[in-house]
Amino acid sequence: MNLYDKTAHELHDMLINKQVTSVEITKSVIERADKTEQILNCYLERTNEDALKTAKKVDEKIAKGKNISPLEGLPCAIKDNICTDGVKTTCASKMLENFVPFYDAYVVSKIKDENSPILGKLNMDEFAMGSSTENSYFKTTKNPYNTACSPGGSSGGSAAAVSAGSAVFSLGSDSGGSLRQPASFCGIVGIKPTYGLVSRFGCVGFASSLDQIGPLTKDVRDGALALNAIAGYDANDSTSANMEKADYTAALTKGVAGMKIAVISDYMQEGINEQVKKAVLAAVEVLSSLGAELSECAIPSAKYALAAYHIISAAEVSSNLARFDGVRYGYRSGSYNDITEMLENTRAEGFGDEVKRRIIAGTFALSAKNFKNYFEKAQKVRTVIRNDFDKALGQADILIAPTSMTTAFALGEKNDNPTKMHESDFCTCGVNMAGLPALSLPCGFDKDGLPIGLQIIGKAFDESKLLTAAYAFEQSADFHKMRAIIKNEAGEDI
Amino acid sequence: MKITAKEAEHAAKLAHIKIDSKQSEKLICELEVIARYADMLKDVDTSGVEPTFHGIVLQNVLRKDVVTNNYNRDDLLKNAPDSHDGCFVVPTVVE
Repeated sequence: MNLYDKTAHELHDMLINKQVTSVEITKSVIERADKTEQILNCYLERTNEDALKTAKKVDEKIAKGKNISPLEGLPCAIKDNICTDGVKTTCASKMLENFVPFYDAYVVSKIKDENSPILGKLNMDEFAMGSSTENSYFKTTKNPYNTACSPGGSSGGSAAAVSAGSAVFSLGSDSGGSLRQPASFCGIVGIKPTYGLVSRFGCVGFASSLDQIGPLTKDVRDGALALNAIAGYDANDSTSANMEKADYTAALTKGVAGMKIAVISDYMQEGINEQVKKAVLAAVEVLSSLGAELSECAIPSAKYALAAYHIISAAEVSSNLARFDGVRYGYRSGSYNDITEMLENTRAEGFGDEVKRRIIAGTFALSAKNFKNYFEKAQKVRTVIRNDFDKALGQADILIAPTSMTTAFALGEKNDNPTKMHESDFCTCGVNMAGLPALSLPCGFDKDGLPIGLQIIGKAFDESKLLTAAYAFEQSADFHKMRAIIKNEAGEDI
Repeated sequence: MKITAKEAEHAAKLAHIKIDSKQSEKLICELEVIARYADMLKDVDTSGVEPTFHGIVLQNVLRKDVVTNNYNRDDLLKNAPDSHDGCFVVPTVVE
């Protein structure tokens, strides 16, 4: 197995046993990315030299006999809506094409504290709006398992890079499924933490009451390690939860004997791909054979979650993105006669179509005439959704659903149909509305060889239980050991 | 629910985004999607239900009233499209 195919914990063991150096690992991943980037387009900016500098520092530390932390010396990459000091952070938008932050997001400072070499910034849907990474202003990322397919979105670059071996792990963000759905499409693990567990300081806001940053990794143990690194209280985020730091790796081997697991029937009905359904039910059977107590539960409001989600997120978008006015940072139009025209032209030229439509839709939903029936109603429905999840989680420790009703769809397939694209978030967005933690991990492949994702949902701040169940399932199967075989244009494996 | 071009243009105006007639058509479709979503929500009984504005219950998170910003003015201005004498430059706002 190549170094770039290995998990973080495998590489850490090799580092401390002096079987390999961080520079060797980092070079292996950089060379892998040199090849895969010609096909997949995961990166918007690469910072290889900085990464190698960090790797060298870690090797010197190891040579001196010092202990290293679990992610130390293991190269990662960051979604491009998360600010990196001195490195462009574009949100895949023309609006921020030349924006260079002068501070690190909280999570980036945590990754730097770990001495994890940062390889660069990853592609996404513009301002995280989309489910396919096709809305990037710069490039379209492809799925490592089939380059004619989408890697999912909006964290498509983050998922495809880890799946392809061009980063050991990555950070993404999830407002309605933006990290779990790409993880599912690319056959890796993605964790959407409880709202408030991970600071959003330095993450360019999309829908502030829904956004969370989380890790994308090759297996569940790596997910726990990365979550350990980025979780924690941060006074710079007023929605950060002030609580004791947990060690998520402690939960991994606890086992699921006696754990109460409920399958959400509303996510297993009409519209679900039969192969996805079969794989999810097979995973549930595995958990049952390991001693978990199975039941079914209902989230009756599930069918309204998408509608409420899109109204609320559009409203928050319209208010969050009002800051892009061509004055303090970002693009400014070259043609205007007065301040109003400067604003209108700047925003017309700087934002892509999807972003503009969502801002205007949100403005429409918040306008005096519509506020009550759109925004306020959606927020009340949000309470109903939250109550449904609370009720289901009152009877069970964790809930099970598919991450996505389908496997990866073809690039271009849903581009002209916003409703169809929105439906990609059907199984995931309710979790964001309720602020709960959820995780996606691979549970099989469809007949075309595309990965299927299992979603595990838990109580607020009970990430440990998600990890216990995920690890138990993962270790009883081999899906996490699968690696995508990427083919070049000539059809050769790279 | 039908959305008129006038309504779409009004919303775009409020959002400070210039749109042309071709974009206006696509925008109407998008607004109709949002309107359909709002229609769907009418089926949910929310009488006596309070709205939820955030993922977790947090209220009035306050900090001590001390200055903590330590960003440098030159750094802040580096990303500005236009600046002069340490200030952002904008077109004349008041005559």
